[in-house]
Amino acid sequence: MSTATTELDHDDHHHHAPSGIKRWLFTTNHKDIGTLYLWFAFIMFLTGGAMAMVIRAELFQPGLQIVDPNFFNQMTTVHGLIMVFGAVMPAFTGLANWLVPMMIGAPDMALPRMNNWSFWILPMAFTILLASLFMEGGGPAFGWTFYAPLSTTYSNDTTALFVFSVHIMGISSIMGAINVIVTIFNMRAPGMTWMKMPLFVWTWLITAFLLIAVMPVLAGAVTMVLTDKFFGTSFFNAAGGGDPVMFQHIFWFFGHPEVYIMILPAFGIISAIVPTFSRKKLFGYASMVYATTSIALLSFIVWAHHMFTTGMPVGAELFFMFATMLISVPTGVKVFNWVATMWRGSLSFEVPMLFALAFIVLFTIGGLSGLMLAITPVDFQYHDTYFVVAHFHYVLVTGAIFSIMAAVYYWLPKWTGKMFDVTLAKWHFWCSLISVNVLFFPMHFVGLAGMPRRIPDYALQFADFNKWISLGGFAFGLSQLIFLALLIKACRKHGEPVSDQVWEGAEGLEWEIPSPAPYHTFDTPPVIK
Amino acid sequence: MTEGSNNSQSNNGKLVLKLVAVVIGMFGFAFALVPLYEVFCQVTGINGKTSDTAAIYESIEVDHSRMITIEFITRTNTGMPWEFKAQTRKVEVYPGEMNQVDFYVKNNTHKDYVAQAVPSVSPGTAALYMNKTECFCFNNQPLAAGEEAIMPMKFYVDPQLPKDIKFFTLQYTLYDVTASAEGVAMNQG
Repeated sequence: MSTATTELDHDDHHHHAPSGIKRWLFTTNHKDIGTLYLWFAFIMFLTGGAMAMVIRAELFQPGLQIVDPNFFNQMTTVHGLIMVFGAVMPAFTGLANWLVPMMIGAPDMALPRMNNWSFWILPMAFTILLASLFMEGGGPAFGWTFYAPLSTTYSNDTTALFVFSVHIMGISSIMGAINVIVTIFNMRAPGMTWMKMPLFVWTWLITAFLLIAVMPVLAGAVTMVLTDKFFGTSFFNAAGGGDPVMFQHIFWFFGHPEVYIMILPAFGIISAIVPTFSRKKLFGYASMVYATTSIALLSFIVWAHHMFTTGMPVGAELFFMFATMLISVPTGVKVFNWVATMWRGSLSFEVPMLFALAFIVLFTIGGLSGLMLAITPVDFQYHDTYFVVAHFHYVLVTGAIFSIMAAVYYWLPKWTGKMFDVTLAKWHFWCSLISVNVLFFPMHFVGLAGMPRRIPDYALQFADFNKWISLGGFAFGLSQLIFLALLIKACRKHGEPVSDQVWEGAEGLEWEIPSPAPYHTFDTPPVIK
Repeated sequence: MTEGSNNSQSNNGKLVLKLVAVVIGMFGFAFALVPLYEVFCQVTGINGKTSDTAAIYESIEVDHSRMITIEFITRTNTGMPWEFKAQTRKVEVYPGEMNQVDFYVKNNTHKDYVAQAVPSVSPGTAALYMNKTECFCFNNQPLAAGEEAIMPMKFYVDPQLPKDIKFFTLQYTLYDVTASAEGVAMNQG
């Protein structure tokens, strides 16, 4: 790269940079887009969280008191959709935008114009989805899994809006995934070989491949629902020769890789944080890469474990049971490696490390309840109970979301150049940690005792536990306002300036550039040792 | 430098094209799953659907060594107001022997209806061995207001039926297909 062109590039960037709202609308800078994604995800997290508060308020005591059942169903459905497609996935994409170019020594993402688009269609999708809640008949009420015939025969006309919004979300994440793959394939600095890439880059690369493999399948599924409902096709309609169980096969063929889309980047984040605060190299780097790949491949052959009670032949149930249990082997490798990294390290417990440690313990609890659910004969008891709700909230809230919070605390000083308010951060951590367990742990018990999910009312014997669960829920919701306050403070650049390395023991290209990270980094590729 | 950036741009373009091809391929795969699922179920019989075309009965040796009990369940889908029942609720047959079971339907309403019966066998694997030579479920069944009918179903059980299956259930569900049947008639007219 000649100096002349570099300077020309620079001039080009700086002289035409618009200010105010236009800066954000037209930006193609990976850091700006990363910030947009992260704020959007946080707003959606609070929106979906508000819906969870409605759900928990209704379930505070038995009987119907606050909302009617149809609205309750809309709340559970839209809560799920928003948290999956609006909070967790965009937050990971935002982190990828900020970090992948900085970690591989690239000046920006490979396709910056498309990057702008893939973000800005996302608010459109969620505007459509949320608007449907205020229309006649209300929004989608068939669960985020939109099983046929609930979404075809028994749904209202706003289902069309649901379908379009899912299409747009899908297109957004596919574009984001293509961008990540092209960036990682073509933009690595000279010397950044595959096996030198940080694990966050590795896990995101594999996640991006999962995304382009299964998001189109979701698009196909919603399209079939659309034509079944409005154009008289019979994909899922038994009267016309279709099969409603086939919906579940297609949906979960997307759905199971989707849950790994929501956890693999988390593995990358934890693999970055644990070594820093243990002041050791990550134990078993290569095995981490292979474990991630195995998890991704296995995710395509386990989908029917969501469907054990649909009347599958015993042979198929055994196959899906063993395939599912097999996934715990590579996942176990990861947990082992993190623990081995900490072993005899000189540990310190800064806020990102606290979240990472909570992740390791609580994600493992979620993984173990997943192993219980994988056992076919007992799944007949657990199916569609609060045990399942407990399981996937442990892996998604204390798994994916805790990892995102850990990531934000870890890289925030690099982004703003100032240390965040550590007192507020510790309050946020401890309040979240305690309340999240009060919220989700008793769900195991009510689930095992037979409380069904997605129902606005319940039998009297579950009343005490549900009161605790709701209180935990309100406390967890309020704890996130501490996070909001902290983030606003951080964006206003309060706090002590930090060094370039920020954390003693942090290694990687992003810690070699100045803090705050300049608007343009690595216009000249760095030298990789 | 300029050359280098052009190169990397065309590299990007090629890779993007490949990835877009994967995306389009996977979108197509979602729809390909529909016939794949159908074929898979027909071969393995795991979704309990019996064949929707008539089997041909060639004189085969009747297996007198065992008896198979078959129960018939009838139901009408939500919003389908017909009366629908099997004249015989339960039969015991030898594999290979021809049998007939009649079903009674009555349209109790003041409206003409067209119905479609959809069969389902449980356990699903038995569906492969349930051979129907004649069935009302192969076609739409129209009934005028107040009309009633006896609908026959002739079948034999394939002697290849696995030994561990001694009992199975055949369920028919009647669906109201009046709207789509009229649509077809109008299109053809």
